[in-house]
Amino acid sequence: MTATTAAQAPAKPDLRRTATRGLPLAPAVVLLVLFLAGPIVYAVYLAFTNRALRGEGADTTDFVGLANFTDALSNPEFWNSVVLTLVFTIVSAIIGQNILGMVLALLMRRAAKIVAGITGAIVVCAWILPEVVAAYLWTTFLGDEGSLNRILGTLGLPDQNWLFALPILAVSFANIWRGAAFTMLMYTAALSEVSTDVVEAAQIDGAGAVRRFVSITVPIIRRTIMTNLMLITLQTLSVFGLIFIMTGGGPGTSSQTLPLYMYEQAFSFGQLGYGTAVALLLLLIGALASIAYLRMLPREEKM
Amino acid sequence: MSAVATAPASGRPTRARVADGISNTLLVLIAALFSVPLLWVIFASIHPDATLAVQFPTSPTLGNYDAVLNEETTYRPMWNSLVLCGGGTLITVVCSALAAYPLSRYSSRAKRPFLLTIIFATGLPITAVMIPVYAMFVQVNLVDSMLGATVFLGTSALPYGIFLTKNFMDGVPKELEESAWTEGATMMQTLRKIVLPLMRPGTAVVTIFTFVQMWGNFFVPFMLLLSPEKLPAAVSLYTFSSQYGQVAYGQLAAFSILYSLPVVVLYLLLGRRLGAGFAMAGGVKG
Repeated sequence: MTATTAAQAPAKPDLRRTATRGLPLAPAVVLLVLFLAGPIVYAVYLAFTNRALRGEGADTTDFVGLANFTDALSNPEFWNSVVLTLVFTIVSAIIGQNILGMVLALLMRRAAKIVAGITGAIVVCAWILPEVVAAYLWTTFLGDEGSLNRILGTLGLPDQNWLFALPILAVSFANIWRGAAFTMLMYTAALSEVSTDVVEAAQIDGAGAVRRFVSITVPIIRRTIMTNLMLITLQTLSVFGLIFIMTGGGPGTSSQTLPLYMYEQAFSFGQLGYGTAVALLLLLIGALASIAYLRMLPREEKM
Repeated sequence: MSAVATAPASGRPTRARVADGISNTLLVLIAALFSVPLLWVIFASIHPDATLAVQFPTSPTLGNYDAVLNEETTYRPMWNSLVLCGGGTLITVVCSALAAYPLSRYSSRAKRPFLLTIIFATGLPITAVMIPVYAMFVQVNLVDSMLGATVFLGTSALPYGIFLTKNFMDGVPKELEESAWTEGATMMQTLRKIVLPLMRPGTAVVTIFTFVQMWGNFFVPFMLLLSPEKLPAAVSLYTFSSQYGQVAYGQLAAFSILYSLPVVVLYLLLGRRLGAGFAMAGGVKG
């Protein structure tokens, strides 16, 4: 798809001029076609085969039609992963990162410069740390002898091995911690463009803080909210390292989101065809989510 | 926004002050909660026998750093990371700058579909692509190749790189180029001598952002590289615990800090600009 767009010439003359002008696009287009579009096309082929790393399907690859998809859709473990992926995405991205990021952005507008600056730095630090480091920090924080249990202990509350007791919530909180900065930066930028005149006028008219926020601020920054929700949803759908390192998808399969399920099927069990089918379903969920958000944008702002 | 908002106009200054106070308190609270895991890694790295919980090191030591600062644990993985991410970033930045130029300067019927494809690809969950990429790399013998992993990392960052670079390039006024055009400068000369120097801050944002993303990436090298001597820091940190049998938390913390340091420093160099460029790119402008 990308290849043709670059080379496509307008119906009218000047084919050469278009070609020359399009030439700088070539390296990017070649790479994107080979390493991004290529694997996706290849995935569509693989998903209909029984290709495997070992055993049946390793020596000879046969077409199996829709078997991989029907297997997935009739497999309780697949649905377990879908549900966990949804829980993880809703709890950590749509609720957690989104609301915490908004709260941070709003509080920073009121707070003293120094407080806002230091809080911002700490939140951003959590965001730029490599995924693996964040995963270890949260493993130790939530572990049996970890900081959270120490804190709970001093408050006289019972301790838990949180990674075993509430694995999906444990990884969700880690993801909120890691991702809140992104939303905070997005909303800070959007809020700085909300004119204070409008808000003050509403205040004089007697609108309370909540009312001002819901009726004035939110509609103005609606586009940013939708864009942000879309971006963090897609990011969260594809989180792998954080969960893989913190819980490995366990205990059992109680934190095995789709990317981990896909990985396990393709590598631990060597079922490349089946794993690819799951990958395509994951891509489909991502695409559906993007379309849903784009449709929620006001008409004139649609892409 | 604040919870106290009902008092009549007479209380306005007090009310505002109360709201400020609440905001400050809440922010301090959030900051404190956020920093507990961060404090652990800092304290544990200088604690002679670190445990899982945050403990203030009463007799701080650099022993943990000493223990990990060797060829096998730190220098080689860090060098591998540098090669992978440096190479990947170079690919992304160069290809993005080239690609962004016609997209920013010329109009064409193919432009809109191309840009939409790029924006769509920006949201593509790379995780979902990794299994087919691995399968494809097996076919063409690119698994466990540094070059293969580097090129893939560079490509995976391209859609966002192009998008961001184009946005920055759109901000460079066209007039300066027009005179160069009339003097007979070629497209490449104009790009190299006029446009790119004018958008240096933007290019810095793209470069650093791309590098930081790649530096933290775990899944791509985890899938595409196998030999222990090729593994970058992201993956070697994961294998850290198995290497040592029993986890040496202090050393794990020390290595985590060494591994995180480059991106933290790069971020500080950019300061607010990264956030700004980022937020701008978020407001999807076609």
